[in-house]
Amino acid sequence: MSAQQYQADVIIVGGGIMGSAAAFFLRQRGRSVMLLERGLLGHQASGVNFGNVRRQGRNLLQLPLANRALAIWRKLPELIGEDVEFLPSGHMRICYGTERLAMFEDYANKARDYDLALELFSGAKLRERFPFLGPQVGGASYSALDGHANPRLAAPAFGRAAARAGAQIFENTDVAAVEKDGVDFRATATDGRVFRAPAMLITAGAWANTLSTQFGEPVQLTAHGPQMGVTEPVPYGLKTVVGVSAATDLETLYFRQIPRGNIIFGGGQRGPAYPDLKRAYVRPENTLNQLRQLQRIAPALRQLNVIRVWSGIESYLPDDLPIMGRSVREPGLHYAFGFCGAGFQLGPGVGDVMAELIATGSTSTPIAPFSISRFVPQHASAVTA
Amino acid sequence: MAQPRVIIVGAGPAGVRCAEAFVAAGVRPTVIDEGRRDGGQIYRRQPVNFSRSYTTLYGTEAGRAQALHACFDQLREQIDYLPQTLVWNISEGNVHLMHQDGTPRAASLPYDILVLCTGATDRLMPMPGWEYAGTYSLGAAQIALKSQAVAVGRNIVFLGSGPLLYLVASQYIKAGAQVAAVLDTSPLVLQWRALPKLLSRPWLLFKGMALLKAIRRAGVPVLRGITPLQITGDPDNGVQGVRYRSAQGVEKSLDCDTVAMGYHLRAETQLADLARCEFSFDTASQQWLPQVDAHGRSSVAGVYLAGDGVRIRGADAAENAGRLAALAALADHGNAVVPAQVAQLCRQQLPMERFRLGLLQAFPWPAAQAASLPDHAVVCRCEGITAGELRAVVNLKGAREANRAKAFSRVGMGRCQGRYCGHAGAEVIAAAVVCPVVEVGRLRTQAPVKPLAFKIVEEPQ
Repeated sequence: MSAQQYQADVIIVGGGIMGSAAAFFLRQRGRSVMLLERGLLGHQASGVNFGNVRRQGRNLLQLPLANRALAIWRKLPELIGEDVEFLPSGHMRICYGTERLAMFEDYANKARDYDLALELFSGAKLRERFPFLGPQVGGASYSALDGHANPRLAAPAFGRAAARAGAQIFENTDVAAVEKDGVDFRATATDGRVFRAPAMLITAGAWANTLSTQFGEPVQLTAHGPQMGVTEPVPYGLKTVVGVSAATDLETLYFRQIPRGNIIFGGGQRGPAYPDLKRAYVRPENTLNQLRQLQRIAPALRQLNVIRVWSGIESYLPDDLPIMGRSVREPGLHYAFGFCGAGFQLGPGVGDVMAELIATGSTSTPIAPFSISRFVPQHASAVTA
Repeated sequence: MAQPRVIIVGAGPAGVRCAEAFVAAGVRPTVIDEGRRDGGQIYRRQPVNFSRSYTTLYGTEAGRAQALHACFDQLREQIDYLPQTLVWNISEGNVHLMHQDGTPRAASLPYDILVLCTGATDRLMPMPGWEYAGTYSLGAAQIALKSQAVAVGRNIVFLGSGPLLYLVASQYIKAGAQVAAVLDTSPLVLQWRALPKLLSRPWLLFKGMALLKAIRRAGVPVLRGITPLQITGDPDNGVQGVRYRSAQGVEKSLDCDTVAMGYHLRAETQLADLARCEFSFDTASQQWLPQVDAHGRSSVAGVYLAGDGVRIRGADAAENAGRLAALAALADHGNAVVPAQVAQLCRQQLPMERFRLGLLQAFPWPAAQAASLPDHAVVCRCEGITAGELRAVVNLKGAREANRAKAFSRVGMGRCQGRYCGHAGAEVIAAAVVCPVVEVGRLRTQAPVKPLAFKIVEEPQ
């Protein structure tokens, strides 16, 4: 048997926005790259999410990474030569009543240390600045530099930019087995093709656990489906991305309008996702809840119609933080997955940081809190970070 | 055995006969329909305050229409009937409804047996100018006439192919409208070649010939084998004419203020898709259709499919299919059915299928038109996406599959969700890739089946 063999500096398994951006930035650092994607680039969580390019509201530990990501978003489209409809139109976190205003203020104070400037609104000032908000909305935290982009375009655009820069992209390549074989990592596709490289990066989202498990590093990864929808187009007026901060997930809706007029929304309870079947569904009752909640945020939306709903497969970890960084057990192995429904904005930053880590052995952006070591038993042979 | 909870979607020929068969077995079904009244598209009932006769409305089909309406009227007390109600989604044994009589209201209903009798709509091929006001589908033109007794224009060109082209043109002529011409993309020779298959239903063939004769007798030119080039006009004034190439290869133009177009029909399959039924590619019609056995069983237990929503075989076959699906569901649920009745219905479907294949041979889907569509022609009217933009995502971004091309280009993302542009879009992609259209795949259905109003969740006043 003479299976086709491929060799490079780095194998990336998983062609979402993390893997595609990593491939692009590894090429910028002169590393040869093979990006293996089971379906098509950006087909899963990267392509179906809301499209938030939002820093505020994140765990403070993520802000340095989010800032690095935003700096890259701001270099688009020049950096990759394609428009992914990034619009820094501002992002607003709102709350019902005034109970959470103290929380907003506390977050704004802490976020200032991370170069995230937030402006707080309540009372008459809130109504004057954002007249479309409903009477139950009591306060808002506004981030002028955040915004949104088109998730259907972003990951494939990074992938094409990587390919133009010399990365080898293998779509429709389902990796059955990964292992260390001497100095190299070996990825074997279901059709028998073999890919070898001294470094490997696993960016396989909800499917990453089946790969990390093959290296003795299983994690508690669960899959859920975001519940998304879009309205018919109406004149462009709601330029700020709006998201609700609330104690119950039934209320945590978000929406954004794109310049061609459609309003995209999501949030509320998550839906079922089946990674094995590559399918996820929108629960009809979730859509109805969304329509009810959206009218609380902006009563004018009641005049609209929803034309489409969709879902996808996102991966979550028990502590709501991603896994990012080196393997604990296997030198040369790296992970970036499990972004808990909030990975889109980070994507370009994750790609940049992982490329830096793989190419130089360290990274200027702190990512230690995201190490897989927090899930791997202590007796495992540790590789010092 | 407990009474199964039966839901039938659609009150056309398939749905009504399906309900009749359940009632005959002592089961009370719920019939859900988008229309104000029963009858479906073909036997659409006029509003209650209209008084045209059956013959005026349905011509040679008056007897069949009257029989179906009478059947439904008799069933009314033995079924639960939800008119003006859209099934907007299906999940895990429930249909999700939007009642549209007044302020939209949400509801959901559980089922043990779901029979989808969702019918068909026009199959459309874009051409330059089809986005101008004054372009209608053949079906829409027929609805305006049948329901409201109005014509869609003063001087109309009927363009496309298929039996509906001739039927609607003749109905307009009979109603006194001015018809500038009937332009058929199918050459006469194909219609001759299909004769052996079409003879499987000689009476229907004879009626088709009579329609043609009536159109000719009215002095309306019927031109076959033409190639549509452009609907002329502008955004402000709408349609002003049609340019086409004759079978002899000569470019010609016609003045008109309205174009009614369509290329036979396409099955309305979104609900079958949302019910997670398997689909396969039907080579004869070049469409993706849900898989069914001869009785209407889908790939999903408890879900049955009947009528033009599965295969375009027309109203008579739909009545049979509705009955067959009910009998299959009853048998699967443990009720006794008469095997001879089932066998007879199956036998009657054989010539219907042969006739379907004959029509597809006589009036083929003009796939080649998609390949020669100029780059500036709009493919997706909802989103205003041109053939050139769609080709660009194929050629520059490698989108070779229907859903991928939709994600990159937005073709099929608008209000119609690809119901009108999906087939032509797939042909444009296939031509750009240079592959058979089957390899382009099919657009996955996403709820809602039709636009869902935010007002659906309003608290009662």
